[in-house]
Amino acid sequence: MNLELLNLESVRALYIVSAVLFILTLGGLSNQESSRQGNMYGIAAMSIAIFATVFGPQVSSNYGLLIVLLLLGGSLGLILSKKVQMTEMPELVAILHSLVGLAAVLVGIVNFINPIQEYFGIEKTIHSIEVYLGIFIGMVTFAGSIIAFGKLSGKISGNPLTLPAKHYLNLIMLLVVIYYGNEFVTALDINSATTSLTVMLVISFIFGVHLVAAIGGADMPVVVSMLNSYSGWAASATGFMLSNDLLIVVGALVGSSGAILSYIMCKAMNRSFISVIAGGFGTESSVVSSDTKEQGEVQAIDIEEFKTMISSSKKIAIIPGYGMAVAQAQFVVNEIISILNNKDIKVLFVIHPVAGRMPGHMNVLLAEAQIPYDIVFEMEEVNDDFDNIDLSIVIGANDIVNPSALEDPNSPIAGMPVIECWKGGHTVVMKRGMSTGYAGVENPLFFKDNTRMLFGDAKESLSQLLTLNN
Amino acid sequence: MKIGVIKEIKDNEKRAALTPGIISKIKKLGFDVLVERDLGLQASIYNKQYAESGAHVCSKEEIYKCDLLLKINKPTHDEVNKLSNNQTLISFFTPALNPELLKLSEKDNINILSMDSVPRISRAQKMDALSSMANVAGSRAVIEAAHSFGRFFGGQITAAGKINPAKILIIGAGVAGLSAIGTASSLGAIVRAFDTRPEVKEQVESLGAQFLTVNIDEDGSSKDGYAKAMSKEFIDAEMKLFREQAKDVDVIITTALIPGKEAPKLITRDMVELMKPGSVIVDLASQQGGNCELCQKDQIVHHGGVKIIGFTDLPSRLPLQSSELYANNLFHILDELTPDKNGEITINMDDDVIRGMTVVKDGQITYPPPKVEVSAASKTKTEKKVIHSPKPSIERKSSIIPGLITLFLLFLVGAFAPASFMNHFTVFVLSCFIGYMVIWNVTASLHTPLMSVTNAVSSIIIIGAITQISTTDALSLILSGLAIFIASINIFGGFAVTKRMLGMFKK
Repeated sequence: MNLELLNLESVRALYIVSAVLFILTLGGLSNQESSRQGNMYGIAAMSIAIFATVFGPQVSSNYGLLIVLLLLGGSLGLILSKKVQMTEMPELVAILHSLVGLAAVLVGIVNFINPIQEYFGIEKTIHSIEVYLGIFIGMVTFAGSIIAFGKLSGKISGNPLTLPAKHYLNLIMLLVVIYYGNEFVTALDINSATTSLTVMLVISFIFGVHLVAAIGGADMPVVVSMLNSYSGWAASATGFMLSNDLLIVVGALVGSSGAILSYIMCKAMNRSFISVIAGGFGTESSVVSSDTKEQGEVQAIDIEEFKTMISSSKKIAIIPGYGMAVAQAQFVVNEIISILNNKDIKVLFVIHPVAGRMPGHMNVLLAEAQIPYDIVFEMEEVNDDFDNIDLSIVIGANDIVNPSALEDPNSPIAGMPVIECWKGGHTVVMKRGMSTGYAGVENPLFFKDNTRMLFGDAKESLSQLLTLNN
Repeated sequence: MKIGVIKEIKDNEKRAALTPGIISKIKKLGFDVLVERDLGLQASIYNKQYAESGAHVCSKEEIYKCDLLLKINKPTHDEVNKLSNNQTLISFFTPALNPELLKLSEKDNINILSMDSVPRISRAQKMDALSSMANVAGSRAVIEAAHSFGRFFGGQITAAGKINPAKILIIGAGVAGLSAIGTASSLGAIVRAFDTRPEVKEQVESLGAQFLTVNIDEDGSSKDGYAKAMSKEFIDAEMKLFREQAKDVDVIITTALIPGKEAPKLITRDMVELMKPGSVIVDLASQQGGNCELCQKDQIVHHGGVKIIGFTDLPSRLPLQSSELYANNLFHILDELTPDKNGEITINMDDDVIRGMTVVKDGQITYPPPKVEVSAASKTKTEKKVIHSPKPSIERKSSIIPGLITLFLLFLVGAFAPASFMNHFTVFVLSCFIGYMVIWNVTASLHTPLMSVTNAVSSIIIIGAITQISTTDALSLILSGLAIFIASINIFGGFAVTKRMLGMFKK
């Protein structure tokens, strides 16, 4: 059976349509209204691309197997997407990244054993480099994502792995990879090429594992976006290998998307990309526990006083951190908002770019609790406006509201942009105890005159607020 | 424990140590509150109001039986003599200037906490009655000036002609000075302010005044939060500035105090004579000799058409406001003294604030306290440093050199690579730029959906696997089949979860 309905030119024409639709997909995410349409564009683009390829001249047999595999994988994917909790999104994204990496490795290997086209001279060299590079990026993405998944899901400790001389270790591994790359490109027979490729597969796996294992828990948002970027570059490299422009285009789109997200995340923590890759927060801050000068004392309040403070406010800012999501408190928060709205108290949410475990994670968690997105604001939108806010409620966040980032040049988080809630009327921090945040830095906010601490489980405390009407 | 509030006996004193509003809060700490009959009468607070708020109104004798006594002004010898067994008194005391009163208090296990000895650390601000009273005094000083000044403070354009706004110079931008600046600007006057501490410039300007400086670089901040005495050169430059200003301004309000010393003489006789007739000087330092040479305590001196006001009872001239603020300060102190909220005070000498305030403990003089080394001044200094430190922005490095390197590398690629590669390379580079442009437009709140959708999108790699499936080689078939399988998990899973997430975003 042969279903070559389309010739090469028609396939390429359909690829152009698909590429444009992919660009529209990403463009659609510029705001919430157009985003759903964007996703539909993406589905259409992918369907067109697969349709064109399947019925194009490059596929001539094994249609049955192809369909079965597509449907099997598809159903598994759909089940995953239904089952996943929104707090588990980062893990899901990480594991899906690893699949892209693995697919790139597999496609590369198949292309190596069974090349579609014979190349000669400089074209052969370039093709070999493309194959080698494609497999390398794929493998690093695969291995890194597996570790990221492990860390995010708590299966592996979130602490950075600090091997002695880890930078040299990375460097040596890279040099070995480059050496075998040369061997691979110049190999005269298939056996020595296979050997080079096998060595590289092993080394790049270890490299990927080590790369992510060395990064601390607080830097996870950067890691996730970095792997996002790698998965794009892997697709792009595969495109070069197969001379397929659609793969190149789409891979480049995804690659630059991930790169930009990594950049945004780094900027939000005032850290350079290199220093994130080089090692985690946890290592340095244990030494630099900031100069513990006279901090003063915290002023604790009870739920009744908290109620009075809320009732006497006109405008309240809620600053959520990942702790809120862990406590699943966002649903209670939503109920409280409707009570407050009835009492004519305005509520808004302020989100720090690195709140949560991946870019935009907090927004998704709030959306899940049906909190309308037009009361959810970015840090920069609100920071200059705290004069008008009577009460800020910090739920399960710490480092992102730490004034020492601005005030103490010696602080490990110095220079990181933070939500400057202390400039507002009062701040109530809901916290379990006086422990430090991810970065292990003392938070002077807790000792400010206009800060009150409400100790205890955030969800329980918030539930008690539901009786506010009485 | 019973708290007794003593009625002030000083002449012209209209304030009361507690107001009805705060009494319920104090009762929550576990105390019983007794107030002397007619305690707040001068401040227009009636006995009925105290009774309604839960206090017992009773006679002076009853009050002196209480365990804890509250008042405002420093006690007279007579009042100290009435104190006995374990009683505690909280009031102003100024221990540095009243050694014999201190000596007299050394008896019968009594405790005295002095309101003016609250250390100037940020934690203690809520208990600092000196600041509260300075705030009232500063504001009232402007009102006194306006009352004695023959014209409007604010400017107007009327049908009958133009009215120029009054020009006011405020010397010393501490609590009183800042309060005066705020009141004067809200009356519409043109306000200028001078202070030896450069870090108050921002506060002054935020209240709408112009900050005057002299061309000598010297910082008047000191560790105890007050200004310190300055060098001779500085003072000369300062006097020159005042002399120039005296010719120009209509009102001068001076608030310059150096703790424990006589107030510095800043406005000399010749400066007063330079001022226009009808001008007013309000001297807030008159209690300690005055900043103006001609000032006399509690009097209005007329000198060549210039009025020099030296009232020392400015807080008492706004009795209700002062009483409320003082009562609030007292409440915060009581709160600090009763950590268990059981109505029993504990004078914890390990607490910096309590230690600083306590001048007599168990009949023993404990003044002066050891120095507390945290001050408003050093704090504002560090804050100032922060303002000057560079903003946390990524430095824009010169892009010329990397640009040239990129150009060179591209040239190198073009020189050696075949045409087919260059075609793909063009597509690749352009796509990166499209991606760059498009992604910056993505709103931050959709970054998670962006990642999940790009995840699905990057599974376009399935195309590669599909083109490899039509093979007869078993290993290739298995590997490419596996690639199709996992990529399709990703495609369906990625798009579906994105759809699910986007569906949750509601207005």
